[in-house]
Amino acid sequence: METAPQLALLFVVLSNFAVLGTTRLSTCIRAVALQGFLLGLLPLLLASRMSPHLVFLAVGTIAVKAVVLPWFLMWAIREAAVRREVEPLIGYISSLLLGAIALGLAFAIAGRLPLPPEHDPLLVPASLTTVMIGLIVLTTRRKALTQVVGYLMLENGIYLFGLTQAESVPFLLEIGVLLDVFVGVFIMGIVVFHINREFDSLDSARLTELSD
Amino acid sequence: MSVGVLVALAILFLVAPALPGITIRTKSLLTGRRGAPMLQLYYDLWKLLRKGIVYSSTTTWVFRAAPVVLVASLLVASLLLPLGGRPAPLRFAGDLVAFAGLLALGRFALVLAALDTGSSFEGMGASREVTVATFAEPALFLGFVALVLATQEVSLSGMMGPSLDEAWQGAGAPLTLVGISMFVLLLAENSRVPIDDPATHLELTMIHEVMILDHSGPDLALILYGSALKFALFGALVVNIFAPRTEVGVAVSLLLLVLGLATISIAVGIVESVTARLRLPRVPQLLVGSAVLSILGIILLLG
Repeated sequence: METAPQLALLFVVLSNFAVLGTTRLSTCIRAVALQGFLLGLLPLLLASRMSPHLVFLAVGTIAVKAVVLPWFLMWAIREAAVRREVEPLIGYISSLLLGAIALGLAFAIAGRLPLPPEHDPLLVPASLTTVMIGLIVLTTRRKALTQVVGYLMLENGIYLFGLTQAESVPFLLEIGVLLDVFVGVFIMGIVVFHINREFDSLDSARLTELSD
Repeated sequence: MSVGVLVALAILFLVAPALPGITIRTKSLLTGRRGAPMLQLYYDLWKLLRKGIVYSSTTTWVFRAAPVVLVASLLVASLLLPLGGRPAPLRFAGDLVAFAGLLALGRFALVLAALDTGSSFEGMGASREVTVATFAEPALFLGFVALVLATQEVSLSGMMGPSLDEAWQGAGAPLTLVGISMFVLLLAENSRVPIDDPATHLELTMIHEVMILDHSGPDLALILYGSALKFALFGALVVNIFAPRTEVGVAVSLLLLVLGLATISIAVGIVESVTARLRLPRVPQLLVGSAVLSILGIILLLG
């Protein structure tokens, strides 16, 4: 199990735990950027032969997920002048343990899924782990910005799952998904900025308050 | 029992007090100072052994027994650990539990002695030491479980013997994770920087140092030697996980052991120079994180 794609997948899983364990927003964003970079490399590492399609996909993914979106989130932190801490609803230790449970579940479920056998054995567990940890981040962090990070991780997990079918998914579809994510995060970033202007805080719990 | 094992044990016992010296020297060099001599701890031990002992009138036999119990339990624990690629003098199925138990016994004695003094500071240190240990011990056992799974052996000598070499061929990534987790445990168990600062002498912030404030003379020497030996034991544990053991002679394996211990001490010195001490509430987070690394290793080995 020493192949390059497996090491990359291992680092994807580790970056998930980095997001769960860190106290700083910027570390969160850097971990997601690293994840995006690895995700961009993976199609190249997994492919048996190079094709223009794969190279375009890799370059596009790295550009959007590892450069543009992290830069944009960093910009949002700076412009909205939010506090640099994560402020989770449940503690860091419980988050880490939940993450470990998600990891175990992912490996247990991945073994039972009826999937075509010719993909890397770590790919599906890593993708399920990323989806579940993305969900944990999305639900247990108060800040709107960390929720964007959770959404990105969720999407990264789905992208990983899509790699099992990398040969058969049309190029246009993948570019379309990438564009959707880009636009989604962009809109969320602007919304976050406006929430901050309106409420002087990015605490999403305050959005439930009613007032005139 | 071969002569090589006894020589390795003797080297471990002799070299142990030099390791903190190497760490301190690394720290000094990295921060632009000259630093204490590398063999400072030997001088300290020699000085302390010639001094008299002062016992507080509030202490009982518990306080007097603690240094002896600490060093004795560590000496027995080192008999269980394979050194330099040779099986340990004392080995049986499940001796990894005995190893962890002996380390816990030494700590228990020290904690009781700290409570026995009746000093509130020492009680606070004892409570912190136990808190850290509560999180460190499950991580240690998870690491051992991963090693057991990788090698299918249930004794320390077995799982750090030739079968670990074979395991490295097929499962390098999980074993690396376990090794990293063990290194974090080494920092935690030996009160090194991200968890505790051995250089601080402010009672409110120290953990290990505050427990031994009332010990003096030969008692303090025993405790200092015990701490150094514990550092060497954990260092040997990490070296055993990473160092290749295949088909090397006695002299080479002993050299590897000493070099490995020195490398670990330098690594600790580097970690201490580049990181700040964690806030106390963050310490469990780091230890749970290192346990999660071991869990990831276990799942990869099972999968």
